[in-house]
Amino acid sequence: MSGQGGTMLDTNSDAGFMTADGRKIGGVAMEMRNITLRFGGVVAIKDISFDIRWGEIRAIIGPNGAGKSSMLNVISGFYHPQEGEVIYKGYKRPRMRPYQVAQQGIARTFQNIALFEGMSVLDNIMTGRLHHMKANMFQQAIWWGRAAREEAENRAQVEKIIDFLEIQHIRKTPVSRLPYGLKKRVELARALAAEPAILLLDEPMAGMNVEEKEDMCRFILDVNDEFGTTTVLIEHDMGVVMDLSDRVVVMDYGKKIGDGTPEEVRNNQEVINAYLGVAHD
Amino acid sequence: MPDTLLFALEASLNGLTAGVMYALVALGFVLIFKASGIFNFAQGVMALFAALTLVGFQSGQIPFSHLINAMFGTRLHHFGWNMPTMLAIPATVLVMIALAILVERFILKHLVNQEPIILFMATIGLAYFLEGVGDIMWGAEVKALDVGLPKGMSSAVDEATFNWFGYGFYIDRLEIWAAGIAAVLVAVLTVFSQYTKQGRALRAVADDHQAALSVGISLRFIWVLTWSIAGIVALVAGIMWGSKSGVQFSLSLIALKALPVLILGGFTSIPGAIVGGLIIGVGEKLFDFFMNPIIGGATENWFAYMLALVFLLFRPQGLFGERIIERV
Repeated sequence: MSGQGGTMLDTNSDAGFMTADGRKIGGVAMEMRNITLRFGGVVAIKDISFDIRWGEIRAIIGPNGAGKSSMLNVISGFYHPQEGEVIYKGYKRPRMRPYQVAQQGIARTFQNIALFEGMSVLDNIMTGRLHHMKANMFQQAIWWGRAAREEAENRAQVEKIIDFLEIQHIRKTPVSRLPYGLKKRVELARALAAEPAILLLDEPMAGMNVEEKEDMCRFILDVNDEFGTTTVLIEHDMGVVMDLSDRVVVMDYGKKIGDGTPEEVRNNQEVINAYLGVAHD
Repeated sequence: MPDTLLFALEASLNGLTAGVMYALVALGFVLIFKASGIFNFAQGVMALFAALTLVGFQSGQIPFSHLINAMFGTRLHHFGWNMPTMLAIPATVLVMIALAILVERFILKHLVNQEPIILFMATIGLAYFLEGVGDIMWGAEVKALDVGLPKGMSSAVDEATFNWFGYGFYIDRLEIWAAGIAAVLVAVLTVFSQYTKQGRALRAVADDHQAALSVGISLRFIWVLTWSIAGIVALVAGIMWGSKSGVQFSLSLIALKALPVLILGGFTSIPGAIVGGLIIGVGEKLFDFFMNPIIGGATENWFAYMLALVFLLFRPQGLFGERIIERV
């Protein structure tokens, strides 16, 4: 879907490259250009630019309050930056509501889990496929022809994701009864059900134990491997980030202080200062 | 069979059909409550407004004629034609959809993320506003509504029961029809909300706004959809009650009877609204039947509320409502 309007902009897109483990990273999918976001007098994001390439796992890290979640909210259309622009698939994205951004193939999860607690796991994941269903209201209302066929097709797709994330056993369980770790996994499943072009994960491993973290890591890598899903994630656990991601953006106090491969970021003096603290005069 | 038992049975059957009418109104409340967490105080007035509009269309009344006459000294009242019922009902449905769009545009849109109590207050305002608009638009006099539904004693029931028991039951044919129509309505709504894309979106919005946005659901569309459906349910309730007892202001007060129904059935359950309505209907008829000789008449006026009080004491979430779990 590329009906954003406007003129094609130069995104310096190139053919991409191969990673060390043999995955293909494509050209630029999305580019954030000079994004500034303010809440009243508070500057949450200050003039940040970076890009996201097709097929990569891109991490955004930084200490608490660095503006990571705000950045994710800008990408998913929940916040609108006062300055700067978002270039998606080569076009400048106009101001959009969150549901319109979602319809453009950008799916997300939330830091504090936003599932439909009253609905079953299956129904939750099915909502991820809402905009893949094209039957009109009338067909829906009388449950005829296209509507019934679509429901079956989408159900099959959802079952695939359920198998993939190993949540077959809780398929019919109301979400409110699930433990935290499984809820996170269901939320990932719902985002995946949309077959997103870009998947945004806001602290997918926050509050998990070691075992759950390992599972989640494996799923994120598998998803990227299997479907080639471009993934943007925010995470606090440094070990996890360095293992998972292809490239890392480091933020501190709303500013970008580092951008590059995990290796480059690890050796960046400014990043080390931000994380370990540095004596101020 | 002893006579008392027969009379009680007849009273229960009448109670069942009356209960269906209560359930119809309660259904409108449940729909909006489930989809937007709003207790829509205006539901009863919406039923009144729908019925007024339907009668107005049918009889070819000119809307706002009193107002126009007062301003310009004219003497307008009717267009001079009668609209057939088959045309008047779809026209009224369109008016209810337009109302839903206006409610979203002028009320809900400005109250996103507000406390439920604030939205509730807004619906009280809406109720008074709509009542006034209904009066100005169509006049305040009591009107007869006839959409061609059969009325009067059902001779089939009378004969059948006479043959079985030697005593013919009196059941109004209108109420039998109302029960059938309500059953179809509930079946359609249940299938719609459980198995269709829009139904799922509707439940999603009711559950979590943020999450609904993140999967690409437009809140505004869903709100308009919900209020449209509630408007159509209000129209059905308005037709039934209007056919039974005339279209008049007191129609909006049947909304009050829906309250105990909701307390019994739970605010979030469509089957609950039905069962709650039936229990109240049968309960008040039977209570009246047995207690009337002892404590005198008019128990029907308060029985439902007493039952609701008992439920509030012992089972506040209702029979089918989601359990209220509070963590401290």
